[in-house]
Amino acid sequence: MSVAGEAAAARRIAPVPTKAQRWRRRYGLPAVGMFIILVWIVVAITAPLLSPYDPNLVDVSNRLKPPSGEHWLGTDALGRDVFTRLLYGSRISLTTGFVVVLVGAFFGTLLGGIAAFARGKVEEIIMRLTDLVLCFPPIILALAIAAALGIGTVNTIIAMLAVWWPKFARLAHSMVLTQRSQEYVEAAVVAGFGPGRILFRHIIPNSIGPLIVLVTLDIGNAVITFAGLSFLGLGVVPPTAEWGSMVAEGRELVAQWWVATFPGFCILSIVLGFNFLGDGVRDWLDPKARKR
Amino acid sequence: MTRYIVSRLGITVVMAVLATLVIFLIANTVPGDPVLAQLGDVAASDEKFVAEWRTKFGLDLPLWQRYLIFLSGLVHGDLGISIASQRPVLDDIIQFAPATIELATIGFVLALLIGIPLGIIAAVWRDTWVDHIARVVSLIGVSSPTFWLAFIMLAIFYGGLEIAPGPGRLDPIALPPERVTGLLLIDTAIAGDWETFRDAAAHLVLPSIVQAAATLGLITRTTRASMLESIQQDYVRVARAKGLKKSTIILGHVFPNAVIPVVTLGGLAYANLLSGAVMTETIFSWPGLGLYTFRSAAALDFPAIMGITLVVALVYLIINLVIDISYAFLDPRVTR
Repeated sequence: MSVAGEAAAARRIAPVPTKAQRWRRRYGLPAVGMFIILVWIVVAITAPLLSPYDPNLVDVSNRLKPPSGEHWLGTDALGRDVFTRLLYGSRISLTTGFVVVLVGAFFGTLLGGIAAFARGKVEEIIMRLTDLVLCFPPIILALAIAAALGIGTVNTIIAMLAVWWPKFARLAHSMVLTQRSQEYVEAAVVAGFGPGRILFRHIIPNSIGPLIVLVTLDIGNAVITFAGLSFLGLGVVPPTAEWGSMVAEGRELVAQWWVATFPGFCILSIVLGFNFLGDGVRDWLDPKARKR
Repeated sequence: MTRYIVSRLGITVVMAVLATLVIFLIANTVPGDPVLAQLGDVAASDEKFVAEWRTKFGLDLPLWQRYLIFLSGLVHGDLGISIASQRPVLDDIIQFAPATIELATIGFVLALLIGIPLGIIAAVWRDTWVDHIARVVSLIGVSSPTFWLAFIMLAIFYGGLEIAPGPGRLDPIALPPERVTGLLLIDTAIAGDWETFRDAAAHLVLPSIVQAAATLGLITRTTRASMLESIQQDYVRVARAKGLKKSTIILGHVFPNAVIPVVTLGGLAYANLLSGAVMTETIFSWPGLGLYTFRSAAALDFPAIMGITLVVALVYLIINLVIDISYAFLDPRVTR
């Protein structure tokens, strides 16, 4: 056997990945993401059981204490327990993330679907409206609307929804346009089904893949945006425990680093969780992406 | 090609006018009476005074007339008077813009210089440890809240290690150069004041790294995906069959074909840097548009918030126009 042949043979018998290795390669990162998200959901539900403190209990004599056995992650400028406030903060972040993306996706998909289905003037109006909202940087427009509506969690969610639906409208529009020329849609029309039934029972289920990918990746995005608006003072009303506003409270306390550092890690972990999961979901639902 | 550019220009102008309408509607459908907020309780209880005040500011006119007045003001560069600074909003914006442009540009260049090579390497050595590291780095970059990352950098390198200068654009004792462009690196260079130049450059390091972090992730991932798509094309096989070097194929053939999505994303990412500046500048006390926006939002200074929103939307539109036109040059097929 020649040298070249030997090299080729050696290359061919490169170790075949074991079942565990293949599983890790394919599901590893998304599994980590899923695990992080589940942990946070459990924390959000059981927050009062996990900590002996009241998240809003002001104790000025105990202010800015570094992490200790008593206060695991220290106390903030008003003597509130940082660890407890982090646990309660997960409730706001998870809720806003899910609400903004799910409601935004619902209305966006509906509008985009209607636009692609109706064609003509209706399509023109809806899609130009979509373009109009998309010509603003999302965080700045949300900030302007939130400021106009007034501070408060619900108002901030409304402001975010106002800038959130267009990307879903655009995606749904292009998906439905692709699907509606397919033969099964023609068949449904011939069978005498109404447009609503065709849209919801036939077209949307067939184009749901990319939508799910966008939703998963987008929840992390929504969590980070809400935390950002909160950081700017437009999210929750004090003294509600929320991660973005906790970073804001600690942003000038460089020596008391624990006040701002830990809430940031919480945001990072939850957003990373959704991004890991979204990356995996994309690979499963889009075989072309999986090959890469 | 000309027709395409003209039609893109027309659409941009229409969108800009519609954007002013959106801003106007947001500002004028504020819950709560602006009269009460401006005058205070005592003056607002005097009905005659309130009526006069409404007439003076045109608040008794129908909405569409007020919109036309607002629009004609805009044409003359009148964005209103900031409540907090008591100066025309446009003057404020012109004063604060250069600091933001300087920071965003340097952050952007940094992200491109690292992101594009990282994306190419990740694509060429797909599924190796380099690729995995690139993926985790970009995911962490995208997932970090900017305002928090800024705090961490400042706490570590300024507060802890004391190797970086503190917040702001210059040391408090440094004498700022005469304002020519407002970009400190350029102004100090013009003045030949290299000590201040070094100081300004040192102050840019931490905030520009923070600005680059999120963009870096996006650029790396887009470059990688786009490279992988191009690498599978037939012309790559042909080039390989001709016996070209791998580096020639990758850099000379694949990359130019993979660059379009990166250009689109790059343009949008630059526009996002301008708005992402809100977070970074707040932490670094960077006297730019971001800090101005933050202060306006905190003080509910509506004319300022609306002015900023409008200006940023216009910048967004212009950047999108530039992207579309550069498309036409990179890939003539889009004009058909």
